[in-house]
Parts: sequence; C-alpha cells; structure tokens
Amino acid sequence: MTTPKYIRQELKQVKDPEIPTISIVDLGIVTGIDVSENNDVHVTLTPTFAGCPALRMMEDMVKEHLGSYEQLGTITVETSFATTWTTDLITPEGHEAIKKHGLAPPKRNCSNITMDLLEATPCPYCESSDTSMKSPFGPTLCRSLHYCNNCKQAFEGFKPVG
Amino acid sequence: MDSIAALKELLYKIADDQLIIGHRNSEWTGLGPILEEDIAFSSMAQDKIGQSEHIYNLLHQLGEADADTVAFTRNAPQFHCSQLVELPIGGYDFSLIRHFLFDFAEYLRFEALKTSAYQPLAQVAKKFFGEIKYHTMHANTWVHQLGHGNGESNGKMQESLNYAWNYALGMFEPGPAEDVLITENIFIGETALREQWLEVITPLLEKSNLVIPSQSEWAPIYGGRKGEHTEHLQPLLSEMTEVYTIDPTADW
Repeated sequence: MTTPKYIRQELKQVKDPEIPTISIVDLGIVTGIDVSENNDVHVTLTPTFAGCPALRMMEDMVKEHLGSYEQLGTITVETSFATTWTTDLITPEGHEAIKKHGLAPPKRNCSNITMDLLEATPCPYCESSDTSMKSPFGPTLCRSLHYCNNCKQAFEGFKPVG
Repeated sequence: MDSIAALKELLYKIADDQLIIGHRNSEWTGLGPILEEDIAFSSMAQDKIGQSEHIYNLLHQLGEADADTVAFTRNAPQFHCSQLVELPIGGYDFSLIRHFLFDFAEYLRFEALKTSAYQPLAQVAKKFFGEIKYHTMHANTWVHQLGHGNGESNGKMQESLNYAWNYALGMFEPGPAEDVLITENIFIGETALREQWLEVITPLLEKSNLVIPSQSEWAPIYGGRKGEHTEHLQPLLSEMTEVYTIDPTADW
C-alpha cells in the first residue's frame, strides 16, 4: 500500500507554476495527504493568497501527476483554508529554491508585518542588506519590489505573510 | 431572523463590498500615476476579487447559487455593497482616501471574524487578514506622504476625505439581525466595528495632517446594504458582466 510519506516525496516533482524552482511541498501548501486501503489518494492544498490564479492550476497539476502512477487509485484534490498558509511554512529547501529563481526569500516569524520589516531585505544577488523596499506589491501577489544600494540592482522578494 | 439568514446577510455584504471595490481598483490598471502604483492597485484588485469568490463559495455551501452566477447575474438592487465602494475612482486622491477608509475597516472586520463561531468564516478571515495588512500599509504610506507633501497635495487629500467621510460611515449600516450575529458570536456587529475603526484611523489621519470632519457634520449615507445604490453601480455591473452576458460559458 502507498503511504502519505511516499506521496509527499513524489509531489516534490510538482512545481509552483509562477516560481518553477520550488515544489508545492517546499512551498508548504500541501496540508493533507490521505491514502485509502485501495490506494485512492486525497490531497488537501491551502491557498497562498486567496486571489492566486495558480491555485486551480496546481490542483490540476497534482491530479495529473499522481494520475500517471499506475498503482494509485482515484486522485482527488481539495482546497481548504483549515490550515492558514504563512511564509513560515516554506521549508529551508524552499528558501534555496526561491533564491535560485532570483528572488529574496521571506523573513521568518513574521506574525506582525510592518513596512520596516520589508526594509533591508538581503539582496539575492550580492547578499547585501543595504537595500530599500520600493513597493509591497510586485508582478505577482506574493512578490515585493526592492532595490539594492550595493550592487545597484532592482530585485524582487517573496514577501512575508503572517 | 434565524442565524443562517443573518449569516448569509453578513457574507453577502462582505463579498459584494470586495467584488465592487476590487473592480474599481482594477480600473487603475494601465492608468496608475506611476508604474508601482499601477501594480499596487491591480494587485489589490486581484486580492479583493479572489477573496470575494471564497466568500461567495461559503454562501454556495449555504444553499445560494454558485460564485459566478451570484457575481454576474444580479442587478444593482440585489447588491449589498456599501455606496462608498461603488463611487467612481475619481482622482488618485479620492481613490487613496477611499482605499484607506475601506481597508482599515476591512482589516478590523476580518480581525474580529478570526474568532467567529462560524468556523468556515473564521478560517478564511485568518487568511484574508494577513493579505489585507499589506493593503492598509500601502494606504497609510500614501495618505501620510501626500498629507505631508505640500499645500496642494494636502488640500486634495483633505477635500477627498471630506467628500468620502459620510459614505465611509455608511459602511457600518446596521443590518436587521445584528443582535443574532452578536449573541451567536458570529460577528461583533457594525457599531462595535465602527468604534474600533474610529479609534485606529483617527490618530493615523492626525499624523498625516488631515482632519476628520467635525462630528456635527456626520450623516452616514446608508442604503447600500438594502440594495439602494447610487447611479454609479449599474454601469459598473454592466461593464463587469459584459463578457458573461455575451457568452456565459466563456473560459480561458
């Protein structure tokens, strides 16, 4: 019989369509995996942002990916707010993957977000903390805009959500 | 009124406010005064409309029609949004002031709803609360900056605040079942929310060199929650539903 642990491992191959270096597991959105006796799999996802257009796409990607495993039965995917997603659910591997995409990873333990907190976000290119936040809104809902005063590069950050 | 009917009413006004302000925010897409602001209002539009969809889904679970049907097939008198959110975007000064007044109210509304006895609502409130925090920070930064900019920017912000004020008070129009929502611990009620809101925004506006109209001039503009709207809502709905009306099965 398949185990939830096995499914979680396999789901590392499903990537966030907006940041293709990070898997949905490392992003922290896979909040439940149930496997029945006849290998039917039920996966629960929690939205990163209520308005994230990639959410439905990720549901389909999970279904499609697990659907290719012959030993698995029916695959169902559900989105639920029961676990509230925060950026603290992103794994350490996830942080590395975000950097690889050229984005600054979110600061940890941000239950109280302030504008000051977004200042001095380390630059993903030169790691300097001499940076300024230009806007808390970027090209996708999860990104903010920054400028590095050291290497004179504009960069984007994955913004902390508490 | 039973608690389900009271809950539905609460959900409709929240979702309708979000959908309509979301649509208004999206009208800045491509027109923002600077690129970052264009992106900010577009992002907030996406947040609001996404949030409204989840609230409409909660209504669907309570037996109402599905989200698209509810969003795209009703006419103005069937909407429960406050009149504040339906007003045209006007100049950037008005859009920023409305954004400030609306988002602080919404932030506090969801903060209160995080502990709602209605679990599905408490769950989404926790999520939305973290998102709306960014909206309030954005609003306060700009209100503060322009309040302190120069005579012209301060004057424009003050004028917009004066104009928006009674509409903003209209957000807190009490519903017919406030007592049910309060007794059942579903929601703290509009009167308590308004008190919290005043407590939060008063010092922020003071710090921004802006003056709240004197209390003798307060005359909340009610009606939106009961389906009474300004002449601005129906044209917005006609535009928003144009594609759906031509082809209800359209997809992309």
